[in-house]
Amino acid sequence: MAADKFPVEAGHIMLFAHAIGDANPIYHDDEAAKKTEPGGVIAPPTFVQASAQFNSENTMRPKIGQPWFGSGKEATGIKKKEGEDTGSGRGLHAEQHYEYHRNLGPGDVLTATTKEGKTWEKEGRRSGKLKFRESITEYRDQKGELVVTARSVGVQTERAVEQ
Amino acid sequence: MALSAKQLSVGDTHSEVIVEDLKRTQLVQYAGVSGDYNPLHSDEVFATQVAGYPTVFAHGMLTMGMKGKMLTNYVGDGRLTNFGVRFSKQVWPGDDLTSTATVTALREEAGQHFVDLTVSTKNQKGEEVVSGSASARIDG
Repeated sequence: MAADKFPVEAGHIMLFAHAIGDANPIYHDDEAAKKTEPGGVIAPPTFVQASAQFNSENTMRPKIGQPWFGSGKEATGIKKKEGEDTGSGRGLHAEQHYEYHRNLGPGDVLTATTKEGKTWEKEGRRSGKLKFRESITEYRDQKGELVVTARSVGVQTERAVEQ
Repeated sequence: MALSAKQLSVGDTHSEVIVEDLKRTQLVQYAGVSGDYNPLHSDEVFATQVAGYPTVFAHGMLTMGMKGKMLTNYVGDGRLTNFGVRFSKQVWPGDDLTSTATVTALREEAGQHFVDLTVSTKNQKGEEVVSGSASARIDG
């Protein structure tokens, strides 16, 4: 999940904590956070996922003037030819791993560089052939020091996962 | 409060209900804040008619985020050194999720104590939806 410039902001951290349902004051209250061991507001453990907001290549965000695969007049905004398989809606997240080198907080400005890892295939019981793809993202601060290393595995399923 | 090696034993567990009756609105909140606007998670028409699912479902990363809350409540703020998960089943609106951390090892490296944990999140049917592991710095 690449991003040239990912500024870590207090408001963004607060909203992220709201979304994951975490009322811990260390994510929104400066005064309370000062009295904690980290000594200030920090970001929750999975916060770097929000670097997607700063990734110009993020395919999971509608872009002005470009087709979007979500519904509007039609059930999907992507017109496909008869019999064509766009794979749309079958990409899922299989694994996510983080290694933390230090805490992140407001004022940090990160860069994220992603390199592709292994790819493999497996026959799934509930969703047909599964194609896995691994990527490794390094989040570095303004001094170039490593803050978080993330390893992500995505999977493309052949069909919707049977319930 | 950080954990202390003296107070911990292999096999100790910590469990929390991380969400009850998950709402679709929370999926929208997570989409908005994370930047993952995949319509699978917020667009009922797309999720059912195009992708073939019964309804929208949670971002794996929302479940991991909620599970992270259980971990930081247990090990203390800013103490995690590793946190990794595998998403095994989807999480749906209406689900109740419970996350459990289990101590698998206590280590000391260069004078610093660490705890290793396995983490598991189950839904109201007792099905494991996310499994994984984590490590944290602890006091001596």
